[in-house]
Parts: sequence; C-alpha cells; structure tokens
Amino acid sequence: MAENIIKIENVKFKYDEKDTLYAVDGVNLNIRQGEFTAVVGRNGSGKSTLAKLINSILLPESGKIYVKGMDTADDSKLWDIRQAAGMVFQNPDNQLVATIVEEDIAFGPENQGVDPSEIRRRVDEALKAVGMYDFRDWPPHMLSGGQKQRIAIAGILALNSDCIILDEPTAMLDPSGRKEVMDTLQKLKERGKTIILITHYMDEAVQADRVVVMDRGSVKLDGTPKEIFRNMDVIKKFGLDVPQITQLAQGLYRAGLDIPPDIIDVKELVDLLCR
Amino acid sequence: MSIKAENIKYIYGEGTAFVTVALDDVNVEIHKGDFLGIIGHTGSGKSTFIQLLNGLEKPTQGKITVDGIVVGEDKKLLSKIRQTVGLVFQYPEYQLFEETVAKDVAFGPANLKLSEDEINERVRDSLEMMGFNYEKIKDVSPFDLSGGQKRRVAIAGVMAMKPSYLVLDEPTAGLDPAGRNELFAQINRLHEKSGVTIILVSHSMEDIARLVNRVIVMYKGKVHMEGTPKEIYSHPDELEKIGLGVPQIAEVVYELRKRGFNIRPDIITVKEAKEEILREVRKRRA
Repeated sequence: MAENIIKIENVKFKYDEKDTLYAVDGVNLNIRQGEFTAVVGRNGSGKSTLAKLINSILLPESGKIYVKGMDTADDSKLWDIRQAAGMVFQNPDNQLVATIVEEDIAFGPENQGVDPSEIRRRVDEALKAVGMYDFRDWPPHMLSGGQKQRIAIAGILALNSDCIILDEPTAMLDPSGRKEVMDTLQKLKERGKTIILITHYMDEAVQADRVVVMDRGSVKLDGTPKEIFRNMDVIKKFGLDVPQITQLAQGLYRAGLDIPPDIIDVKELVDLLCR
Repeated sequence: MSIKAENIKYIYGEGTAFVTVALDDVNVEIHKGDFLGIIGHTGSGKSTFIQLLNGLEKPTQGKITVDGIVVGEDKKLLSKIRQTVGLVFQYPEYQLFEETVAKDVAFGPANLKLSEDEINERVRDSLEMMGFNYEKIKDVSPFDLSGGQKRRVAIAGVMAMKPSYLVLDEPTAGLDPAGRNELFAQINRLHEKSGVTIILVSHSMEDIARLVNRVIVMYKGKVHMEGTPKEIYSHPDELEKIGLGVPQIAEVVYELRKRGFNIRPDIITVKEAKEEILREVRKRRA
C-alpha cells in the first residue's frame, strides 16, 4: 500500500464567521502517493475550497490537513507545503508571469535559490515532460490555452512537486486543448506524480483512478470511476451527470442486452457489442 | 431579415512582425429564427467573427449587413446595431455591478432613455424570460447568486435591450453539469418563446449537438464546414484533424460502423443510438 501523501482529518471551514453553512463541512480524505484522483461536485460544493486548504492558501477552522506529514497550519512549513503540492488554476492567462516560456518555468526554482545549472536542468526536464520543449523561447501570449496550461504544469514540475492539484484546468480550453492537458496528466501519473483534478467534465473524471464526489461541503461518494458512474440517479442527485457512453450502456442493459451498466469507455462498449 | 457576412477578411497587427489573418473570405448568412452553433479550436477566428457582428471590430475587407444596414457605414447607426445584435461575453457575471438584480438588468434600457414604465416592464419580462420569479429576485444583490444564476441575470440584461440576435460566447464555461443543463434549457426556451435568433459559440460538442439546428465549423479563419449537427458530426476524422471532436455518441456510432455494424451514420443522441444498436443486434440474432 502506498503511503498517504495527503491526509485530511475532519476538516471544517467557512469563509465568514457569520455564515451558517460551512464551505467544507467535516471532510476526511486520504490521498495515496502516485494516485490520480478526480474531485467532482456542483458549483459551491466545496471542491475548490478543499484544494485551497490543502495548499495552505486557507486554514481549517477545525481539523487537520497534513501534506507529506507537514501540518498546513504550521507557518514555518508554508513554502515546503506549496512546493510539495503545487496548484494549477482555471485561467491560463492569470498564472504565467514571465515574457519567455523558460523564464516562467525558472521563476519558482529561482525564488527558492536553486543553483543555476540545476535550474537549467529542471526547466529542460519539465518542458520535455509536458511536450513543450520546442516552445521554450516563445512568449507565453503566443501560445494556445492548452499550451499555456502545460506551461503552468511545467512550472510546478520544476519545483520538484510530488503532488499537483488542478482546479478546473480545462474549463476555458477547446477540445484539443483539453485533450493535451489530460494526456499530460496521464504521462505525469506514469512518472509517479500524485494528481488531484477538480473538474466539471465527467469524461475527464473517468480517466482518473479514483473519483471523489463532494456535495454541501462533504464527501458523498468515493470510489473507482466505474463504481461512481454506474448509478445514474445518485449522480444526478448531486448535480452531476454520467458520460454519454455510460448512459448508452445503461440504456442497452435495461433493454436486456448482455452489457454491464458501468461502461465508461467508448472502446470497451464497441468491443463488447462486436463480440 | 438576416445577418449577412460577405467576403470578410480580418487582419490583426498589419505592418508588424505578428501580422495574422484572423478571418479569410468568410461568407455566412444567419437567418431570423436560426439557432446557429459556431465551433472551432482556439484561434480559429470564432471570437473575431462574433465581434464583427455588432460592430465592435471592423473587417479589414468585406461587409456585414444586419437587417439591411451595413455595419460601420453610418456611425450614427452603430448603437442601433448593438441593440439589434446582443453580445454576451464569456464569464458575463464579472460584468454585473449594480446593488440589485433589477438595477443591473435596467442599466441597458435606462441608457436608451425609455420611460420608467417601459424600463420596468422590460426588466420584469427579461428576468421572467430567463426563468426567474421577478418579485423574489428583483431586490437581491447579484453577488449573492450562484454562478449559474448570475449568468442568467447577465443574459437578462442583454435581453432587456430587445435584441433580434443574441450571440452567446461559451455561456456555460465553468458551470457544473446541472447548471449547464439548466442554462441550456433556459436558452432553448428563450429561443422558442421570444423567437430571438441565437448564435452559440461553444467548445462542447455534446451541447452543440443537442441544441442548434445549423453548425458552422471555423478553421484557420475560414468556414471549413457548414451543415446540420447530424451532417457535421458524421465526419469525426475530419473534425479531429482540425482540433475538434465529436460527441461521444457519434464516436461510438462511427467505431461500430467501421466494425461492420449496419446502423445510420448520422446519430448524435443517446436515445437514437440505443434504438439503432438494439435494432441491429436483434437483427443479427434473428
């Protein structure tokens, strides 16, 4: 069993003391090293708040969060925590700081006082990992949305982060940009990175190892994509949807075909039908 | 009555090192009552194109005609054109600024120097058109609303100008699936009830497939394909080549046909796919 890189213990948080409802209301969740977890849930369910709590941008009102054993409420560990678990946000234009791609990626390690030759090595490696090495001397504003998000991911890789938290990284991207980002995440998973992906796209969630469904500040479902999406009625209750392919499989299953109701992949269904 | 774009060329940064032809020989006619979808990858020219429709940008060559008026020919008519063609940008909730929902929606019509009664009537109508209970919502601060509700208020603000054409740029970006379905259902009702022509720019092939009656595919500044969703989505290879995709259902149908399934190629909804597959499977078993 892999070690838990993130431990969330009974965490509660609200933005304003006067609020009657907690944005995060008693969450318990462990994330294992190397695991790819998708977090889904309607707007306002607490997903993004949870991500900010993990990253120590917000602090729990009660309960504890540990990132690689470090308490996120421990001020002296702030930068170590942000290095261990880096964040990528929704809008690609709001997180790139430099005028040249490779300078943007070097920004993080430079601030940490990393040795210049080591920075060079890390920048090259990070750019290659996201498939953007050929664009290293481009100005970021000349890149597409998907490319900008890959640069943002490379910036986190250059910090040697073990865990990457992405808050709706594809919301503003076109289909090919979304695919670029998802393919990059699969590659990072193969390299042993821990990935937490917050998304509203169910076809992205099915690509993860594990899906966590949040609603009203707490974790309502937690399982493999197949376990989560097999029950359409429950999923809809949480303001979510099941992928079209799963809807079709369930329709065929109910009509009496010998098709399991938890299909999440086009190829899987096509293969079964062509047996 | 229609919007006609003829031989449109649009060039950014002319005379600089970054000169880009954003639109090249675009000819499109949008008819009254249409529900038109525009798809294309980032940089294909979609956003530039919609900004030409109400005169926010001027084409380098060619002309846009809105209900018989050539856009930009007479500057005095520009405000009339902007009223006729309402544009809802991405993340329109960021443009809400008034203390109450009613005041925010009233902002546009108030600038038209209409009578107070007329303004109030428009505010009520357009909020109700967007699915709100007017009495309940009018005094609420826009900032206390959910993301989906804010968007609907923002669209109501544009509808209060009584446009004949409503252009929506990625109206559901960042909304959860329920919010997305709700907003699209509302836009659909708006189209049916008010008869407003809708031009929808979206990256979601599923949403385009179930909503619009005509699709324009933009690629490298040109209109690359044009047709009904069924026609467009029966070419998945072609769409993939230009950075787009097809709804998952169209992908299944395409793959099954490649493997010898005798089903129709132009299926874009789950229900149709289910019926066609069942028919074929039963025929095979018989």
